[in-house]
Amino acid sequence: MFSGAEIAQLLTGLGITHVVTVPDSTIGQWDAALSSASGLQVIRVCREGEAWGVAGGLFFGGKRPLVLIQCTGLFESGDALRNIVHDWKLPILSMIGYRSYLNQSTLPGDTSLVFTEPILDAWKIPYKLITEPSQLALVREHYQSCIGNGTPGCALIAEGKA
Amino acid sequence: MTPRMPVTDAVAVVHRSRGDGDVVISSMGNAREWMALGPLHARDLVLVPSAMGHATSIGLGLALAQPDRRVFAMSGDGSLLMNLGTLVTISAHAPKNLVVLVFDNGVYEVTGAQPTPGTPAGRVNGDAVDFVAIARACGIQSVFYWESLDAWERGFSDVLDATGPTVVILAVEPVTGRPGPKSPGPAKARADALLAALDSE
Repeated sequence: MFSGAEIAQLLTGLGITHVVTVPDSTIGQWDAALSSASGLQVIRVCREGEAWGVAGGLFFGGKRPLVLIQCTGLFESGDALRNIVHDWKLPILSMIGYRSYLNQSTLPGDTSLVFTEPILDAWKIPYKLITEPSQLALVREHYQSCIGNGTPGCALIAEGKA
Repeated sequence: MTPRMPVTDAVAVVHRSRGDGDVVISSMGNAREWMALGPLHARDLVLVPSAMGHATSIGLGLALAQPDRRVFAMSGDGSLLMNLGTLVTISAHAPKNLVVLVFDNGVYEVTGAQPTPGTPAGRVNGDAVDFVAIARACGIQSVFYWESLDAWERGFSDVLDATGPTVVILAVEPVTGRPGPKSPGPAKARADALLAALDSE
């Protein structure tokens, strides 16, 4: 869908300072580009729930973090997300890989497709579903809007094709 | 059972010794004790409400964001067990200014003192999990353990002098019959106040 260079350029252009992440086979391909991007630090965590707490601490400290995880990590990290985003009202941005959206050949009947969007709705995270490479500008616009409004926001990146 | 120090006194050591610029994150039972010790400091984060186990993660983020400011992240042993990978994440990023304090009482105190799976009462074999060994094995170089209040008071300066990240395990008595911590006010307002307090220097 996107190259690491495209994502790194997008994030640095938005003023993102830290990417707090657990990789999957798609977003993990961006690791080298994100790690080498000037002004961007990659914070690798052990489990996705940690990512929201670390991002919250970074935000308290004056930084602009982004959580980069797969949708399965979203499922894992609900309580941490709830506390940081809704209890403490910290407008954390996220980019979430949508497993199997474009191709279910590896995992036929993947229930990620059943639960991901309803869970984002349940957690009241404004998101944009991104299914085409041409939609990179939409990701930028969504994040810019969220930053401007001081709200959380997510780009849900369809996975399954190169 | 190993003698344990009173948690109120153990928390009070931090309360009276923290620097003005330091951030102190309290959570669960230690937050109740912290709030009982007097008015809150501008750079206190009483993590009530919380996602249990994540005080250390927030502390890590804060320590990385503001490397010139010492950050104390206070956790319980039950909380640490809920997010044990945090020790690996902390050692991976190695902020020298982060001190994790673990008040180890062996129980889930605020829910009625049920044993954790890490304490002899919660394990079929009656053995105990060694948090010092865990911290070291997770890559934390500066690890301290104290059972007595006197030793903890004397050792506090060693904690400040150590090269962080630092993990301190404190064996404390469980408190029974007292409620869990109550939020000191709306979280959003407290978040805004903390943001201002951390941006002011």
